[in-house]
Amino acid sequence: MTAPPAPLGPARAERIRAALAAAFPGAAIAVLDDSHRHAGHAGARPEGETHYTVRVVAPGFAGLSRVERSRRVHAVLAAEFGTGLHALSLRLLTPEEAAGGDAAETRRGAGPRRPSP
Amino acid sequence: MTNPVFQRIQAEIEENPVVLYMKGTPVFPQCGFSARVVQILSHMGVPFKGVNVLEDMELREGIKQFTNWPTIPQLYVKGEFVGGCDIVTEMFQSGELAQLLEEKGIPHNASA
Repeated sequence: MTAPPAPLGPARAERIRAALAAAFPGAAIAVLDDSHRHAGHAGARPEGETHYTVRVVAPGFAGLSRVERSRRVHAVLAAEFGTGLHALSLRLLTPEEAAGGDAAETRRGAGPRRPSP
Repeated sequence: MTNPVFQRIQAEIEENPVVLYMKGTPVFPQCGFSARVVQILSHMGVPFKGVNVLEDMELREGIKQFTNWPTIPQLYVKGEFVGGCDIVTEMFQSGELAQLLEEKGIPHNASA
């Protein structure tokens, strides 16, 4: 553990997870810190905690457009954007889409969605 | 809509069928997320105007407020916000992006 402690209590990944869990009851949430893959890029900071990938599977997304789903997540995480969160990659699905989408990807033989570093 | 930056953006997205607000230029993107959207549009043969927000701090902040979207890149088609890198990528993979371009009358490779 060489990373310095986060200045605002819990690490950003945990704050993101907790904020989303409170805002989207019943959601399945995964938060991945990609900051190390962007070290030295614009927006990166030596202490990290700048680039995240977040997947949320929530019933509440039903009937909302992609842009609207993202805006709701952005709103929940406004404080993080204000304190150095630079990039947020989002995958926002309803439980039905998560089940169908993953199956469809398997059928097509699609590889992982994440781009190579 | 009295903010001069907002007026500039509004004019830009009205005058150009496809506008990508990005970091760097289409030829030399300076961010992986911007690069990916450029790659998708180029692959689909879509003519677009790339606007480098790194050259203009007012625009860089203004576009985030204008769209109510905290990150760059941002893609506009016929004056409407489509999304950022994740949404454009998802729509490309699902075929929805081609469908949208079709509906909006934007030329693109039929096979893409």
